[in-house]
Amino acid sequence: MVTTVEIPTDMELVYKYPESLTPRSTHYCPGCTHGIIHRLIAEVIDELGVRERTIGVAPVGCAVLAYEYFNMDFCEAAHGRAPAMATGIKRVSPDKVVFTYQGDGDLAAIGTSEIIHTANRGELITTIFVNNAIYGMTGGQMAPTTLPGQVTTSSPRGRDVETAGWPMKMAELIGMLGGAVYVTRQAVLDVPSIRRTKKAIKLAFQVQLAGLGFSMVEIISTCGTNWGVSPLEALDWAKTHMLAYYPLGDTKVSDAVRELMGERVTPFTMVKSATEL
Amino acid sequence: MQEEIIVSGFGGQGTLFAGQVLAYAAMDAGYHVTWIPSYGPEMRGGKARCTVIISDEEIGSPLIRRPSAAIVMNIPSMEAFEPAVRSGGVLVVNSSLIPQRSERDDIRVLYVPGTELATEMGNVRIANMICLGALVQALGVLPLRTLEEALENHLAERHRKWLPLNKEALQKGAEFAR
Amino acid sequence: MARELWEGNATIAEAAVRAGLEAFFGYPITPQSEILEHLSHRLPELGRVFLQTESEVASINMVYGAACAGARVMTSSSSPGISLMQEGFSYIACSEVPAVIINVMRGGPGLGNVAPSQGDYFQAVKMAGHGDFHPIVLAPGNLQEAADLTVLAFDLAEKYRTIGMVLADGSLGQMMEPVEMPPMRPVRPPYERPSWALTGAEGRPPNIITSLYLVEEVLEKVNLRLQAKLRQIAANEVRWKEYSTEDAELLLVAFGTVGRVCQTVVREARRAGIRAGLLRPITVWPFPSARIAQLAEQVRGVLVVEMNAGQMLEDVRLAVEGRRPVRFYGRFGGIIPLPDEIMPELEKLDAETR
Repeated sequence: MVTTVEIPTDMELVYKYPESLTPRSTHYCPGCTHGIIHRLIAEVIDELGVRERTIGVAPVGCAVLAYEYFNMDFCEAAHGRAPAMATGIKRVSPDKVVFTYQGDGDLAAIGTSEIIHTANRGELITTIFVNNAIYGMTGGQMAPTTLPGQVTTSSPRGRDVETAGWPMKMAELIGMLGGAVYVTRQAVLDVPSIRRTKKAIKLAFQVQLAGLGFSMVEIISTCGTNWGVSPLEALDWAKTHMLAYYPLGDTKVSDAVRELMGERVTPFTMVKSATEL
Repeated sequence: MQEEIIVSGFGGQGTLFAGQVLAYAAMDAGYHVTWIPSYGPEMRGGKARCTVIISDEEIGSPLIRRPSAAIVMNIPSMEAFEPAVRSGGVLVVNSSLIPQRSERDDIRVLYVPGTELATEMGNVRIANMICLGALVQALGVLPLRTLEEALENHLAERHRKWLPLNKEALQKGAEFAR
Repeated sequence: MARELWEGNATIAEAAVRAGLEAFFGYPITPQSEILEHLSHRLPELGRVFLQTESEVASINMVYGAACAGARVMTSSSSPGISLMQEGFSYIACSEVPAVIINVMRGGPGLGNVAPSQGDYFQAVKMAGHGDFHPIVLAPGNLQEAADLTVLAFDLAEKYRTIGMVLADGSLGQMMEPVEMPPMRPVRPPYERPSWALTGAEGRPPNIITSLYLVEEVLEKVNLRLQAKLRQIAANEVRWKEYSTEDAELLLVAFGTVGRVCQTVVREARRAGIRAGLLRPITVWPFPSARIAQLAEQVRGVLVVEMNAGQMLEDVRLAVEGRRPVRFYGRFGGIIPLPDEIMPELEKLDAETR
C-alpha cells in the first residue's frame, strides 16, 4: 500500500509517480525490470500528453496484469494476440494511441504470426517487446529467445540449437518488413541504457502519432528469479551474454522517421547488384 | 403450381446464369423462387448445374431428385437427368453436343442445336439462352416477355451490350417449342 | 422496399452493412468467401473498416479488439475456421463485449469438404470454447431469415453484451432467393460508443476489459453473473417456427436448410393422410425446449432430421424427457436429405406409434 505524504511547502517535488501509472505496488519479482519499463512508457505518455486517448493491450506472461499499473484504458489479450487486438482497436479508433506490451513467449513464439502481419501492414500502433530470454510466469521454461546452451526448466542440459532451433532475433526480423518504420533494440541494464530506451519509446510513440507506420522497441531485460541469480548478477549476465547475441541499435529507421527526428535524409543510393550486399 | 427445373452442363456453358435469368423472371412475375447451384472444384470445364424452383406457395426443399423440367447442355447431364425428369415433364437437349435421343414417351423432349445456332448467331455463349427460350415456351408458366424483362432489369452493366443478342436467342429457342 | 434476388452469402454481408456494421475482419474460406468479397468493396465505399486478415485466429482477436473499442463488428468463416476462433469466443464471452460471428457450415470433420453440413451444432450450442458460456445462436432456414437474423444477431449481441452467432450452411450461403433487405441504419458515431468501451480515459477513471480473475471467489462471481445473463437470454429470446402443428400427431424437428426440406415433408405427409407437423428452431441456443415438451404431450412421436449424426437430437430428447419415442434421420458429408428419404422414416414412426 502507498501512503500519501503531504509535501512540505519549503521542499521541491523532484520525483513522483507519472500520472500514467496507478500508485500501486507491482507483483513483479525484486530486481525485475518490468517496473522500469512500465515507468518509462508512463513518462513518455505523460510527456506527450496523450494519456486520455491511449489504449493499452496487455499480454499473457509476467505483464499480464499491466492494466493494474497503467492509469489508462486497457484490455487483456489472449496469448500472442495483442497485435491483432490492437489492430482491431486502432482500425475503429484511428484517433487513439494504441500500444501492445509483450514478452518473448507472447510475441516471438505463440504470437509470431500476429506480430509479423501487424508490422507488415504498417498498423499505426506501437509494440513494446520485453525480451528476457525465458518464460517467467510459467516458471522458467525455454523461450524462443533463450540463448544457445542456456539452462531452463525445459532445457535442463541447455538450449540445444540442433533440436530447439536458434534464438529469434525479432528486431531484425520485424525491421525487414515494409510496414515497420521504426524498429530498435534497447536495454534497461544500467542508467545510460535506460535513458536511451526512454528516448526510443518516445520516438516509437511519436512515429505512431505522426501516422508513419508500425513501431517496435525490443528491450533486453532480466529475469533474476528464473535465471537463478541475484538482480545484480542478472544485469551482468544480460550484458555479457544477451547483448553478445542481441546487439543494441536500430534495425529500421525509415526516411520519414529520420525526418521526424530532424535528421537530414540523404538521397537513397542504389546498390549496384545484389551480390555486393 | 410448382415447377422444379434443373439446368446442367459444363462450367462455362452459362447454365448457372440461365437459371438465374429464369429465377429473376419468376420473382418479377410474383412467384416464390429458389436458385441453388452445384458445381465441381474446377473453375472452368467441370460440371455446373443449378436447380430453380418456381412456386405459388412458400418453397420448402430447395433441392429435388426428380425435376419437372431440365435443360441438359452436355452428355453427362443428359445421362444424369434424362431418366430423372418426372412423367409429363419437359427435357431440352442441346443436340449440338448430345447425339443421343431419349427413348421416353412420357415426357416432352425438345432437341435444340443450341451450340450450333449460337455460333451462327455470332457468340457460342448464348446457347444457354436458346435452350432457356425453348424450355420456358414449353413450360408455359412464364411468358417469354418476362425473361426479356428480367435480362433488361438484372443484366450486369458490363454485359448490357449483349442484351439484344440474348433476347434474340430466347426467341430463337422458343421457336423450337411452338 | 422491393424484393431482390440475392445470393445467401451476399445477403448476410449486406444485411450486416445495413445493421450498422462498422468493421469486418475475415479470412477466405469456402463456402462463405462471398461474404468477405461483398464487404471488401461495400465497407470501404461507405468509409467503414474492412480487413482481410492473416488467419482466423487474427480475425477473431481483431474482432475482440474492435468490440472492446465499442464498435459494431463481425467476422465470418466456415467450420475449420470457426474451430480456430474458439479461444477468442471464450474471451469475448467472458469479457462481455458484443460481437457477431457468421458460420456457414461445411462438411467435416477435418478438412472435410465444401458442401453444406450441420456438423457444428454441438460446437456452436454446447461448447463454443473453453469454460461456461453459450453464444446466442440463430439458425436461418431461408435467405429472408438470413438477412433478418443477421440484424437480430447485432441487436442481441449488444443487448446482452455477448456473441450473436448466425449458424448457416453452405447451401444457404450459395443459394439465391428473393430478399427484402432491411433498411440502412446509420452507423453509430464514435462519440456514442458505450460507456464501458475503451475510448480513452478522458475525464473518467480507466476502463479495463479483461477475462482474467485470479481470485477464485471473484471468478466464481463473474461466472454467476454470466449464468444469470444466460438464464435471462433463455427466458426472453427463444424463437422458433411451427408448421401444421395445431392437429399434428407426429412432430418433425429440424433447423436451417433441412428444416425447410421438412416443410415439404409435412405437405407431402398431409397429402398421404399422415398428420405431421414441424417445429423449426430459429434459436438453437437458447433452444425451444418448453414448446417441444408441450408438443410432445400432443403427438405420438417425434422425428429429428439433421445434416449430421444427431446433435440437436440430444436437445430434443432432453426436452421430450422420454414422454414419446424420438427417432432420428441424418445425412453427412455435405448431403442434404431430401423429402423422399425422410418420408419413409416418418411412415416408420407413424407405424410404430399407432
